[in-house]
Amino acid sequence: MALVTSARRLFHVSLRESSLRRAETLISATNITSGNLSLAGQRRACIRVRDFSTNTQPLRADNKVTVHFINRDGEKISVKGSPGDSLLDVIIDQDLDFDGFGACEGTLACSTCHLIFEEDVYNKLGPVTDEEMDMLDLAYGLTDTSRLGCQICLTRSLDGMTARVPESVADIRQSGDGSS
Amino acid sequence: MLKLFLTSARCVRITRFHGVCGLATSTPASSPKVCIVGGGPAGFYTAQHLVKTRTDVQVDIYERLPVPFGLVRFGVAPDHPEVKNVINTFTQTAQHARCSFHGNVTVGKDVTVEELQEAYHAVVLSYGAEGNRTMGVPGEDLAGVYSAKDFVGWYNGLPRNRELRPDLSCETAVILGQGNVALDVARILLSPVDILKKTDITQHALDSLAESSVRRVLIVGRRGPLQVACTIKELREMLNLPGTRPEMEASEFEGIAETLKALARPRKRLTELLLKAAVETPGEEELERRNRAERAWGFRFLRRPLEVLPSTDLIRAAGIRLAVNRLEGDGEGVWAVATGEVEDVECGLVISSIGYKSLPIDPAVPFDARKAIIPNTMGRVQQTAGLYCSGWVKRGPTGVIATTMNDSFDTARTLLQDMDKGTLDVSTIKPGSQGVSVLLEKRGVKPVSFSDWEKINSEETRRGETRGKPREKMLDVGEMLQVARA
Repeated sequence: MALVTSARRLFHVSLRESSLRRAETLISATNITSGNLSLAGQRRACIRVRDFSTNTQPLRADNKVTVHFINRDGEKISVKGSPGDSLLDVIIDQDLDFDGFGACEGTLACSTCHLIFEEDVYNKLGPVTDEEMDMLDLAYGLTDTSRLGCQICLTRSLDGMTARVPESVADIRQSGDGSS
Repeated sequence: MLKLFLTSARCVRITRFHGVCGLATSTPASSPKVCIVGGGPAGFYTAQHLVKTRTDVQVDIYERLPVPFGLVRFGVAPDHPEVKNVINTFTQTAQHARCSFHGNVTVGKDVTVEELQEAYHAVVLSYGAEGNRTMGVPGEDLAGVYSAKDFVGWYNGLPRNRELRPDLSCETAVILGQGNVALDVARILLSPVDILKKTDITQHALDSLAESSVRRVLIVGRRGPLQVACTIKELREMLNLPGTRPEMEASEFEGIAETLKALARPRKRLTELLLKAAVETPGEEELERRNRAERAWGFRFLRRPLEVLPSTDLIRAAGIRLAVNRLEGDGEGVWAVATGEVEDVECGLVISSIGYKSLPIDPAVPFDARKAIIPNTMGRVQQTAGLYCSGWVKRGPTGVIATTMNDSFDTARTLLQDMDKGTLDVSTIKPGSQGVSVLLEKRGVKPVSFSDWEKINSEETRRGETRGKPREKMLDVGEMLQVARA
């Protein structure tokens, strides 16, 4: 059991390394087009701080941030993440199974990680860039306290926050017939 | 023990497969079998939802080309690689124990829909829209006139468009339509080649664009600025495109500023950005940037194509005649009415980006020729038990990948509901892919498996590496098959 658990953690680590590497490749690729796409750094909104060398040690309990999600069935799911994780990272790491969530894998190319917050939490979240707003504008059921989960970075001050997963009847970049 | 770890580790990935990994076992003869026609986003998302939700369903995806992923591979612009991240999810689906991919099989020709219905408990049609709406004007057949579908297929390596050879030796290109596809085309026409050469754009397109004389692109629509169908991200990309400047007619924006207050946020932000680019005097830095720019683009509103004007030798496009419109009605119900005025624009390249269109696949499948979709209710094909549809062929060819994703989940839910209620009888034993294999073998058709595709994938990636590109796509189906069988 211990072998599988630590092997699993190793796999998670190497997966994260490879997804970080992929993010880096993406960032260096988009840097070339930086005149056009000013979001090279903003695509990977949160910097994950993981010490890969100590991956066999359990992460210290007091380093975690509790996050509650309300899923589309109205059920509350409570999980823990680390400061620096994005909410999308938390959802993936914790295997929370929201249908179709995070389709573009956190690169601001869709609106499927749309989450709704209570006002006091919303006001504590980091600033919204134009690029996030552009994609958020296309989310179904947009509210004044909506954000994209891939752009929200966990901090200690968000401990105990709640995020609701809204109904997802698609990106509004669908027009009725006669879109021209 | 190690083998178990490797297999279970594969399941713990960027997960959409909550718990249902499905370590390889042979499929019981009595399991429900579903066939999906079309290996694009609709097909894969439908498959994903089915295998995730019921642990006994076997799903087989049939695709005409040897390569999967449909418009994610052939439609999404080369400079939008992050939009293609969904391929990772599709790959997981294809590698699932209860899912298999069968490329190089043309449904309607190599196997009929009726034969699929005999082999499977349910058939889902997810084959998208391979045709396009035509302008229906004289001169549409002249050289230099293309559908956006074909132009995009050309730069994205769709085998059937590899011989397109668009002539880019003119100065002005006119695009009809103002949706995101129109903006993709404009952006690819005007992007600095140094940017494009690091993408998976095809080499022959890159070479053509490097020699291109196109310096001005007009993106023309029938209605006004408030009806423009593109979205803000794509507009922002055009405004920030290096080496280019926007050139709009301020007069086409009269009265727009006053409407902003009443608009919903998405339309408001889009219109504000557009208005700013069209009428505001830019700051010093931006002014300098625009003055230095050698290429220009702009929207033109209230214009409808009447005729593509030929060159003196009558072979190619030399201009386009446009009817000038005015708008009637207000709010949501605005429509364009001809004023009688007409305008000619000199141009050598005309690209119509006015919509894709689905085509009928098989006489056994009902088809609504007017709407160009398969008539259905919530994904159940009308008047035909056991037949379903998802994606563009179900709802019409608009929307992004996420739209298709949600739609595919809806069809899958409908199908599963029918299974649960017994409306769809899954108690009989069906031969599934084994039954179809027998037919295909008799007909000399050799399907391409997902691991065969992975050989094509590796080869394309390898070829791309030597050029600093993510991949160099193969353009020829014969070549794809050769690599697949190696």
